[in-house]
Amino acid sequence: MAAMLQAIGGASPSVAFSDHYNKSSVSSIRSFPVIRSDARSSSGSIHGSFKPGKIITKATATQTESSASAASKPGHELLMFEALREGLEEEMDRDPRVCVFGEDVGHYGGSYKVTKGLAQKYGDLRVLDTPIAENSFTGMAVGAAMTGLRPVVEGMNMGFLLLAFNQISDNCGMLHYTSGGQFTIPTVIRGPGGVGRQLGAEHSQRLESYFQSIPGIQLVACSTVYNAKGLMKAAIRSENPVVLFEHVLLYNLKERIPDEEYVLSLEEAEMVRPGEHITILTYSRMRYHVMQAAKTLVNKGYDPEVIDIRSLKPFDLYTIGNSVKKTHRVLIVEECMRTGGIGASLTAAINENFHDYLDAPIVCLSSQDVPTPYAGTLEEWTVVQPSQIVAAVEQLCK
Amino acid sequence: MACSATAQIIQPLSINSARSVDNSGACTKILSPSSFLGSTPRINKKLFAVNKSISSLARRPTIVFAVSSDVVKEKKLKSNSSLSNLLITKEEGLELYEDMYLGRAFEDMCAQMYYRGKMFGFVHLYNGQEAVSTGFIKLLKKEDCVVSTYRDHVHSLSKGVPAREVMSELFGKTTGCCRGQGGSMHMFSKEHNVLGGFAFIGEGIPVATGAAFTSKYKREVFKEDCDEVTLAFFGDGTCNNGQFFECLNMAALWKLPIVFVVENNLWAIGMSHVRATSDPQIWKKGPAFGMPGVHVDGMDVLKVREVAKEAIGRARRGEGPTLVECETYRFRGHSLADPDELRDPAEKAHYATRDPITALKKYIAENKLASEAELKAIDKKIDELVEDAVEFADRSPVPARNQLLENVFADPRGFGIGPDGKYRCEDPKFTEGTAQV
Repeated sequence: MAAMLQAIGGASPSVAFSDHYNKSSVSSIRSFPVIRSDARSSSGSIHGSFKPGKIITKATATQTESSASAASKPGHELLMFEALREGLEEEMDRDPRVCVFGEDVGHYGGSYKVTKGLAQKYGDLRVLDTPIAENSFTGMAVGAAMTGLRPVVEGMNMGFLLLAFNQISDNCGMLHYTSGGQFTIPTVIRGPGGVGRQLGAEHSQRLESYFQSIPGIQLVACSTVYNAKGLMKAAIRSENPVVLFEHVLLYNLKERIPDEEYVLSLEEAEMVRPGEHITILTYSRMRYHVMQAAKTLVNKGYDPEVIDIRSLKPFDLYTIGNSVKKTHRVLIVEECMRTGGIGASLTAAINENFHDYLDAPIVCLSSQDVPTPYAGTLEEWTVVQPSQIVAAVEQLCK
Repeated sequence: MACSATAQIIQPLSINSARSVDNSGACTKILSPSSFLGSTPRINKKLFAVNKSISSLARRPTIVFAVSSDVVKEKKLKSNSSLSNLLITKEEGLELYEDMYLGRAFEDMCAQMYYRGKMFGFVHLYNGQEAVSTGFIKLLKKEDCVVSTYRDHVHSLSKGVPAREVMSELFGKTTGCCRGQGGSMHMFSKEHNVLGGFAFIGEGIPVATGAAFTSKYKREVFKEDCDEVTLAFFGDGTCNNGQFFECLNMAALWKLPIVFVVENNLWAIGMSHVRATSDPQIWKKGPAFGMPGVHVDGMDVLKVREVAKEAIGRARRGEGPTLVECETYRFRGHSLADPDELRDPAEKAHYATRDPITALKKYIAENKLASEAELKAIDKKIDELVEDAVEFADRSPVPARNQLLENVFADPRGFGIGPDGKYRCEDPKFTEGTAQV
C-alpha cells in the first residue's frame, strides 16, 4: 500500500502540515548523489471507489497522526522562507563557491527574509547587495559562473527579472551550447512570483510562461516547505542554470521537515494525492486551491489524483503519463495566463504522448488573460478558485 | 586656449559646426581636418572640435582623473626623447608586429573565404583596429580573461587561440574552438580564457564584470593570491547602452579588476557616433562613475600599450577599473554584408594613412629595432600559418548529427524524464541526436 503525501489544502498560508517523511515509498527523499526513487507507481487510493454520503473532513484517505505532540515528532517545524534559507545556508556552508547576488539580500536580509542573517555570517562579498541593475547583475552572475563561482541570483520579485531577460535567455540558457560545452553556467535564479494580495499588475506576474521556451535552462516551482528546501539545494548543486519559482503568498507556510539533509530531484513531479477518476496537474500556489477543491470533491464522491508537477521545464512525463493511463481524464490548474502558459505546453505534451489514453479533452484552467487588477474582487476572478475546479471536475467526469 | 593641460574643465562640445571651431570652451585646437570624424559625404561641415593631432608623438591622451597623470608625464618624457628610451625592445616589437599582421592577414583571408562561400552569416572584420587588440592583450597572462563582441576573431587570436581553431569555427566545423556551434560572433576558449564573443552589444560587459568579480572573490573569500584581470572590449555604440553604465557603476563601486576598453571607430553600422551620442567624448564618462577615463590614439599600438600597462597595472594592484577610449577605425564595413556606402571616402583615406601596422613598421625601421628582412620573414610565416588554418578547416569534418543535443545542458538530465520512466538522455537515440527531447 503506498503511503501518500498528505497535504491539507487551504488558501490561508499558515496551516500546519503533517509529516512527509513518514511515508515509505512514494517519496522523493534522495540520498547523495541524487537518485531516482523506485516506487513510482502509486497503487491507487486506499478506500476504493467512492462512497457517496460519507463526509470526510480531510481530502486524503488515511488519517494522519494528528494528536501526537510536537516535541515527540522528529524533525523541526519552520516556515517556508526559513526552509529556503536553511537550504541556501547549508549549501553555502558546504561549498564556498556559492554566493548570492540580489537587491537587499545582504544587510536587509532579503525583502522576504530568505537571506536573513547570511551576510552577517558570510560577509558582504558572498551575499552581495547589488545596485538596482537586474540585467547587469544577472550577467555578472553568468560571468562569475563561467569563471568558477556558483551564484544564486535573487529577483526581488520575479517580475523584475524581465529586465534581465537578455542575460537569462542569451547567456544563462545558451552559453553552454554556443561555447561548445566549454563553459558551464551553474546559476540559480530565484524569487517570488505569482499573484499576491492586491499587489497590482506588475508585481503579480507569472514568468514561467515567458521563460519556458529558452533552451538550456530548467524551471522548477516549489510549493511546500519540504520541497522548497529540497529544490533549492538541488538547484544549487545542479550544473545547469535553474530558475526556481517561489510564490509570494506561500512564504509563511509552516511545516515540519526532517533534520537530516535531503535533496530532491529537479526533474520529478510529486504525487500529492493518488486517485482513480481524474488527474489534476498543478504547481505552486494552485496546489492549495486544488487540494481545497479536492476536499469538496471527495465529499461529493469523486476521487481525484492530484500531481504537483514541480518541474515546469522539463515535464515529468512518466509520473504524468502513468496517471493519465490510469484515470483517462486530465485537468490542469495553473496560475499562468491562458495564452502560451505552462498549461498550454502541458496540454500539447499530453496530447502528443498520451492521446490514446484520454477519454475526454484535456481541460486547462488558467488565469484570465488580463493584467492583474488591484481591486480584490477583480483579482479573485482573474485567478482560478476552488469552486471553478470543482465545477470543471464535475463536468469532465460526467 | 592651450590644449596641453592634463586636468581640464570639460565643457560640453557643441555639435553645431559653424561655431565649434573658434568658440568652443574646450581647450582643444584643431590640427587636422576634423571633418573626417564620423562624417559622410553629405555632411560637409566640421562636426566638433577634438584634439586630433596628426603628429603622433606630440599627441597626449587627455585625462581628467588625477590618477592617470603618471602616464602623461611618462609620455611627455618619451616624446621629448624619442630616440633613446624606446618604448619597446626588439623582441616586443616583433611580437607586436607579428600579432597585428596575424590579425590583418586572418581577417583578409576571412573575407576571401566568405566570398567563396566557405563561411556564412554575419562576419565582422577587425581590419584597422589591430593596435587595440595587440596593444592590450599582449600584456595579459593566460589566466586573465578577455570578453569581446561580435568583432572577436582578432581578440581571440591575440589571446592565444590557434588560428586553426578560429578558422574551423568560422567554417562551422567540429574542430572549431566551439565545435562549430558558436560561429563568427561567439568565439569562446576556456583554455585561453576568452569568455566570448557576444552578438548583442553590451551583453558581454556584465559577463566581464562577473569574471572580474570572481577574481576579487578568489582574493577575498578564498584568500588566494589572485591578481587576474579582465578586459572588456566593446564599441562606441555600446556606450549608449544601459548595461555599459550599470557595469561602470558596479565595477567602480566594488573596485573590480577590470579594464573597459572602448574601440571607438566612430560608426555603429551606419550610425555615426556623433549622431547617436549627446556627449561624444566617451572617456569622460569614467570619472562620472569614479574611475579614470583615458582617451588614446587607437591607431598607434605603442600608445595603446602604454595606456594599457597603466590600466592593467591599476587593476592588478586592486585599485579598481579604468575606462579607456581608443580612437580607432575599421577599414572595412561593419560586416561583410555591409556595402559601406555611407562613410566619406575622404575619411577612410585619412585613416588609411594611419594604418597601425604601417606605423609600427615605420617605428621599427626608424629606430633600427629590426631589419626589413626579419619583418618579411614574419609576414611569410604568418601567411603560411593562415593558409594552413584554411586548409585545416577545409579538411575538418562537419559536425555529425549526434552533436545536436550534446551541449544543451551541462547535466543532460535537464532534458527530463520521458514517458517510459527513463531520463531522456539515457535513450540510445540521444547520442545519435535523434531522440525526442
